Amino acid sequence: MVIEEAVNGKDDMLIDGQMADQVLPSGFNLNFLNLYYAKLFPYGDIFKWMSYGNDGKHPACDKSYFGRRELSFTLENDIYLRFLSFNSVSELEKGIREKCPFKIDIGPVYSVDPSKRHAYAQSGENVFKPVERELIFDIDITDYDDVRYCCSGADVCLDCWPLMTAAIKVINTALRDDFGFRHILWVYSGRRGVHCWVCDGKARRLTNEQRAAIADYFRVYKGSENSKKKVSLTGHALHPFLVRSYTEVLKDLFEQTLLSSQQIFSTEDRCEKVLEMIPDESVAAELRGRWQKRSSGSKDDINAVRWEHLKHTLQSGRHKGQGLRRCVEEIVFSFSYPRLDMEVSKHMNHLLKAPFCVHPKTGRVCVPIDPVHCHEFDPTTVPTLSQLLQELNSGGMGQEGDNDWDRTSLGESVRFFRSSFLEPLLKACKEEMESAYNSKLQQSKNSLSW
Amino acid sequence: MEIVRRPQLKSTAIDRGVPTLPLYRTTPSLEVRLDDFELYAIDRLRVLTGISDGLSRGKRSEEMEKLVTAMAWIFRPVAELWKANMRHPQASELMSKDIISHFVLRLVYCRTEDLRKWFLSMETALFRYRFRLQSAEAQRAALAEFQLPYKAVTAAEFEAIKDKLTLVARSINQTLPAADSIFYKVPFQEVPELVAGRRVFLSDGYAYVAMIQVVSLVATQFRSLLSKALTLTNRKWMSTIREQEKDRLTPIVEALSTSYVGPDYSVGREFGEVSLKDIDNVAKNSFPLCMRHLFDKLREDHHLKHWGRMQLGLFLKGVGLKLDDAVAFWKAEFSQKDYTPYSCQKIISLTPSVGDHHGCPYRHFR
Repeated sequence: MVIEEAVNGKDDMLIDGQMADQVLPSGFNLNFLNLYYAKLFPYGDIFKWMSYGNDGKHPACDKSYFGRRELSFTLENDIYLRFLSFNSVSELEKGIREKCPFKIDIGPVYSVDPSKRHAYAQSGENVFKPVERELIFDIDITDYDDVRYCCSGADVCLDCWPLMTAAIKVINTALRDDFGFRHILWVYSGRRGVHCWVCDGKARRLTNEQRAAIADYFRVYKGSENSKKKVSLTGHALHPFLVRSYTEVLKDLFEQTLLSSQQIFSTEDRCEKVLEMIPDESVAAELRGRWQKRSSGSKDDINAVRWEHLKHTLQSGRHKGQGLRRCVEEIVFSFSYPRLDMEVSKHMNHLLKAPFCVHPKTGRVCVPIDPVHCHEFDPTTVPTLSQLLQELNSGGMGQEGDNDWDRTSLGESVRFFRSSFLEPLLKACKEEMESAYNSKLQQSKNSLSW
Repeated sequence: MEIVRRPQLKSTAIDRGVPTLPLYRTTPSLEVRLDDFELYAIDRLRVLTGISDGLSRGKRSEEMEKLVTAMAWIFRPVAELWKANMRHPQASELMSKDIISHFVLRLVYCRTEDLRKWFLSMETALFRYRFRLQSAEAQRAALAEFQLPYKAVTAAEFEAIKDKLTLVARSINQTLPAADSIFYKVPFQEVPELVAGRRVFLSDGYAYVAMIQVVSLVATQFRSLLSKALTLTNRKWMSTIREQEKDRLTPIVEALSTSYVGPDYSVGREFGEVSLKDIDNVAKNSFPLCMRHLFDKLREDHHLKHWGRMQLGLFLKGVGLKLDDAVAFWKAEFSQKDYTPYSCQKIISLTPSVGDHHGCPYRHFR
């Protein structure tokens, strides 16, 4: 049995050869990955997605489309292979199984096959360039390190994960309601963040300038080492997008969850961090003084109590400073508003990790996240490589032609990917393709008539 | 000038008497004297350079608008042109020096990536400020002219989103929408700047743009059309015009792109702005660095080489040192010949060598 070989070949950790009771060592190794690519990675689904309907029989289908998509592989020992492309699902599978990449990235669709780009370099004018690319977002929890106290760096836990949940809700709602996008895929990055793929035709055809504009629309936090106050909401009112984000997501996240999970007002240092965000020193001093006289014996959570003090003081109208108008919202936004990696979104040629990859450091699979139920998503229970292989092992022999992933925890993810993302997307692509084709036909008919 | 396309004959705002902003969509078909060809282009270049200067100094919008208004005299219709082309059906529009100069400069600035980029930026900026200065009706006419597929928001739609529009206006300190406010509904892709700054309400992929923001729309369209036109012009230039015109237009066109048109120092002054007794003080406090350096060296060494004398001497004339005072200052070293004070470009181009003190400190000094 292949799994036994994989285990015993690499590590002599097992003494007993009992298959059913085997406890596979946790984590990640090349042999496991090989098996994953052999049995579980959903090549067909990725291929169908990336083809956007061009793999069909309709005369409007562009057979070169999939072959013009760039992929990149990061191999063991950090060897990086760029500008790879494949012409069919079987080539894709063959390529991945041969190289067994630790990471697979997806780039744009270029004007010509990226692996043949040098052939076009002679023509002078920019013949090799990206022509389509999903609108993508990358949110990494380490960008919130200055406002999360439970973990730092690569760690993530259930106390700070709600920041990701909030980010998904805020961005997803805006992408749908404000920008009118429909085909949005959210994916767990495998360790400490989430990725977003917006796949509407309208999104894939956006220019770099338009992508930058969308990223800027989402940008609120302007952090740097030098500024104490990193969120500045000027103006007499908040933009409707910010109002909605605040009232539907962020206010509750901050007050119901973060205040206590992050213990935001529990120490003098942490209080000072918030007080620094208040532009009026007399207000800050008043609060500081009040909190220094710590009254012990109060049963209420100190964070909630102090937050009420702060809100009351700022919103009482007693102090009328220029910068105080939106101070409460600014503080809430500082702690909770989504922080995007702007560079990822702005350029068509930026690569992003493919869904269903396995993260080398955690062994977890990059599974899709349902934005509607994102508050139920738990990063600590995402299937790992070894867990999946274990499940395959003990799942018994399936029928020939069965999908192996169906016998594992990955099944749920693949089914979700298909039903809520891939199928609606392909349906829309087909409609778009047919209608464009028909209108072109109509146009040429019209031009022929006298 | 080449005839590229016949101008479209339709009832334009001009015929109704509304002054319009030219959009430079079609090449005018009329005869221009070779001298005028160059002169008009130089005048326009002055305007564009003035804008470039203003922008690099970080002038605000209101200041830029004032600047553009001050330079608008350059675009007044020209009497001689009118007479020569009276027969033409659209004489009134085509008379404009504005239009001719724009098309001449297209030839000049289409030829490299850098030239195109500069021209595109300055012409778009010029267009934008002029547009802002137009009346509401003229602005609407321009929108229609560009055939922008933007729909005016209906009264019913407006009522439904009025509170959101108000929020947006308040968030960017803009005048609040009133019952008769006009808003345009535009796909968000068309107005990236407004989206980026959260200066519009977005819903289902559409941006709701206030009339006063329409400038952005129009400027983007203007820029995009001009960019395409420049590429075409370049192709034509390279393939036919340059060779065809090598004895006539080509030398003029090539010379124009390298000439610097900065502030005009050739205007004579009647009053002495600086007097001899003040000169040390003024030199210390107000001279530009290059001149201050020359001045100090002269005081120190009681001597300056030729170019240094030229640079400083003409500068002193430019700031209004009276002739008698200047003569006294130079102790008979100053010549009677009437030179024009040097522009920055000229000074930058004079390389000082050993013993010299002229030149531009920012360019030449270490």
